[in-house]
Amino acid sequence: MKKFRNSYSILVSLFLAITLSGCATPAANALRANESQVKLRSIQTRAFDTTDKKKMMQTVISTMQDLDFVIDKADFLLGSVTGSKFLGQAVVAMSVTVRPRGEKQLLVRVNAQYGVNSVEDPATYQDFFTALEKSIFLTAQQVD
Amino acid sequence: MRWPKKQVFVIGMCLGIIGCVTVPRGFLKPSDDYLAKRQLQMRQYATTNEEQIMASVAGVLQDLGFTLADSETRLGLVSASKKADATNKGQVFAAILFGGLGNNPELVQQCDKSQVIKAAVVIKPSLENKKIAVRVSFQRIVWNMAGQINRVETIKDPLMYQRFYDALSKAIFLEAQQI
Repeated sequence: MKKFRNSYSILVSLFLAITLSGCATPAANALRANESQVKLRSIQTRAFDTTDKKKMMQTVISTMQDLDFVIDKADFLLGSVTGSKFLGQAVVAMSVTVRPRGEKQLLVRVNAQYGVNSVEDPATYQDFFTALEKSIFLTAQQVD
Repeated sequence: MRWPKKQVFVIGMCLGIIGCVTVPRGFLKPSDDYLAKRQLQMRQYATTNEEQIMASVAGVLQDLGFTLADSETRLGLVSASKKADATNKGQVFAAILFGGLGNNPELVQQCDKSQVIKAAVVIKPSLENKKIAVRVSFQRIVWNMAGQINRVETIKDPLMYQRFYDALSKAIFLEAQQI
């Protein structure tokens, strides 16, 4: 009887461990983000006081190259740049979009993925914008 | 109900081991040697003819056996990739020897077999607008004999960049001579 109780409690522990740690199932959660849509945008977006889209995009590209990214694709009309970099065994994929905001500003939005995880840490994006600011000699402004 | 210590420990261990992978921080911060990297990956050419340099870049990538993947002329970007053999005879020999000795013939399956090299070249006017700056970066993915990815890396070997620019200088000359 004692033996039965022992194995029973091990089973319960295992069950609890699996359900508590529960990594999300991919299909149901492919379109899910941990942060709210608005918050995510504010983390990933900055405005710059310039209207020179070409120069901004070229600066984005060179900043990404400084960060070891290899540029996979770019589109001037859409204002998008996509690149990837290897970090140990993980692949970091990143896309940046540049679009006008009003008459005098450009909006730069960055989103990154680390392996199968979306990056939602504000500090990580801030690092990128700091590097971008340095290369373009402009100050990035927080967007609400 | 009182939880026995042992069970709590087991649950803790399982949670720790299974737990979702976390994203590391600070990987979008430039490393300290990024200026040195620029030196390695960048060359300037004394011309203002961006189109000619772009054509030469496409040509040199073809010379080196790359297939052009994507380009955006307005931003001066050309990306390309190439499949190549990655077999290292020394590695295979060592794997056969040690695998044989250790009675593990599977070891040879872990050896590098093939690789895909990705290149991205960006052409833009230099800061003073009098020269054209060309910057290339390479990445590679290496597969082993069992068809699994062995490793992925950014290529940092100066020789690789040296070769590219030697070929590019030649290509610019050839283009100018219409060869």
